Amino acid sequence: MKSKLELHVEDLSWKVENEKLILDEITMTFLKGGFYGILGPNGSGKTSLMRHLLRLIEAKSGRISLNDKKLNTYKRKELAQNIALVPQNTNIDTNFTAYDIVMMGRAPYQKRFEESNSNDQRIVKEAMEMTNCYHLKDEIYSNLSGGEAQRVITARAIAQQTPWLVLDEPISHLDIRYQIELMEHLKQLNAERGVSVLAVLHDINIAASYCKQIVLMKNSKIVAYGPTEEILTKENLEEVFEMRFMEIEQPGLQKTLFFADIHNKN
Amino acid sequence: MKKRKVMISNIIMCFILIASIIMAASIGSASLTVRGSLQIILSRVPIVRHFISLEGIKPTFEIIVWNIRIPRILLAGLCGASLSLVGVCFQGLFRNPLADPQIIGVSSGAALGATLAVLSGVSVSFAGLSGIGLFAFLGAIVTVVLVYRISCTGNRAPVVHIILTGTAVSSMLSAVISLLLCMRREDLEKIYMWTLGSFSGATMNKVIFLLIFLVICGVIIFIFAKDLDMILTGEEAAMSLGVDTVMVKKILIVVASVLVAVSVSVSGTIGFVGLIIPHIVRLICGPKHRKLMPLAALTGAVFLIWCDTIARTIRSPGEIPVGVVTALCGAPYFLYLLNRSKKKVV
Repeated sequence: MKSKLELHVEDLSWKVENEKLILDEITMTFLKGGFYGILGPNGSGKTSLMRHLLRLIEAKSGRISLNDKKLNTYKRKELAQNIALVPQNTNIDTNFTAYDIVMMGRAPYQKRFEESNSNDQRIVKEAMEMTNCYHLKDEIYSNLSGGEAQRVITARAIAQQTPWLVLDEPISHLDIRYQIELMEHLKQLNAERGVSVLAVLHDINIAASYCKQIVLMKNSKIVAYGPTEEILTKENLEEVFEMRFMEIEQPGLQKTLFFADIHNKN
Repeated sequence: MKKRKVMISNIIMCFILIASIIMAASIGSASLTVRGSLQIILSRVPIVRHFISLEGIKPTFEIIVWNIRIPRILLAGLCGASLSLVGVCFQGLFRNPLADPQIIGVSSGAALGATLAVLSGVSVSFAGLSGIGLFAFLGAIVTVVLVYRISCTGNRAPVVHIILTGTAVSSMLSAVISLLLCMRREDLEKIYMWTLGSFSGATMNKVIFLLIFLVICGVIIFIFAKDLDMILTGEEAAMSLGVDTVMVKKILIVVASVLVAVSVSVSGTIGFVGLIIPHIVRLICGPKHRKLMPLAALTGAVFLIWCDTIARTIRSPGEIPVGVVTALCGAPYFLYLLNRSKKKVV
């Protein structure tokens, strides 16, 4: 039997001792080769779900499996060869250079005392060029601006060369140009190398333009998921964000843009 | 290129260490030339000794150098290396530049053990350790286990919990020591001097005892050098890069604590070495632990050898506690560091 290349979440619930549920019986299958945008209001459980997928939090109730194998049977190193993370918080106080940080992305493939070889160096350079930060390679990481740091951390995840890439608000600190550039690169990784992308996003229109699938979350639950055109509708967004939206058709393109309808509060 | 610089620093530091040992052996109330101490030391080195004659050197000097000064110098060096290495390890593990070997309560645990030993007047000894040393060792280990157990929530022990628990337990144990001392004032001086640290009771047995632990624990700590690099950039980041942080943390806390406990049990609690040496060395060779660890151990050894030399000669024939010397040198640097990191935050 051919094993299924998927990231499967079943009945996943999570709460911090005696507090409200942060994840409420989530069941979801992320298929290999997908480009998922995860959208939802603050506190809807997006980050918690992503952290479970990386096993930064051990799933207590419910199951997560990757390629038909339970996530908690993976060794950490093995997992790091399969899923890479761009965390929400990229603020690290460290004297490592940007290059050192990106090189850490190669650690899952290196033995304990192994130095980086020319292959690692090539991959790191390529990843840093992809996110436009190779010129920063000798800078001390903690001296970088928010956007530069985010690009370095994204390069680290790319250098991990994993089939799965989880990004938690990867463009929140980037200016509009770098936002588009990064999304283009993710699209390229997805199309050319078949990298599956899961990105928590706040920009609905960027999600609409780049993601193939959308997952909408609200109140610790997934309320809708499926192809972008089907899920990103005015009705769904209004329900999830509890506010009025307006939609604008782009002439010539089969894309719709969504904006908060601030003049028509209700 | 940069790798060579680190290599050269290591080699230079090795030479400085050897030179320090020879020079420190010549300094003291019975004054000797550096050449004389070199001759005495070489006369005991296999093969080389056939070419060395000890003509013109008083036999008493040979005894002073070999039986008194060399064990003391070696013990100071090994303690310095151990404390610095553990300092590097804890600063990385706890991602806290102010972490030192005593942060998780090792020293106050050891001090309580020593106090109990003095008060109860035990006279057991084991592996070259006096009763005080043995009790100090046990006190340190029990305290670390206690701190770790308390700070565990579920499977994890968050770094902040460990540090805060360590601080709280430390002050509690210090209070117990003070209470005990108030009730038995006649032992106050002995215990107080012990807590300030001294190498005056150095023997070759203690040197070998500490050396064994330094080699074993040092190798284990060094194995996790790369993991420490990644942990330094954040615990979750390290996990997502394939480091089993829960396991690494457990192993390193145990191994490093054992090493500190052993070093405290032979010398008393010596502060600041483990705090400042890692910072000084980091300025030279950057934050990578694989480069940092060997150089920090060597530098720590040299630093403590000289601190002890000052401690035993400055008020000759008496001596001052070595902890006083390290703190007098260390505290101003500590303040400077504190100021610098304040600037970085603003």
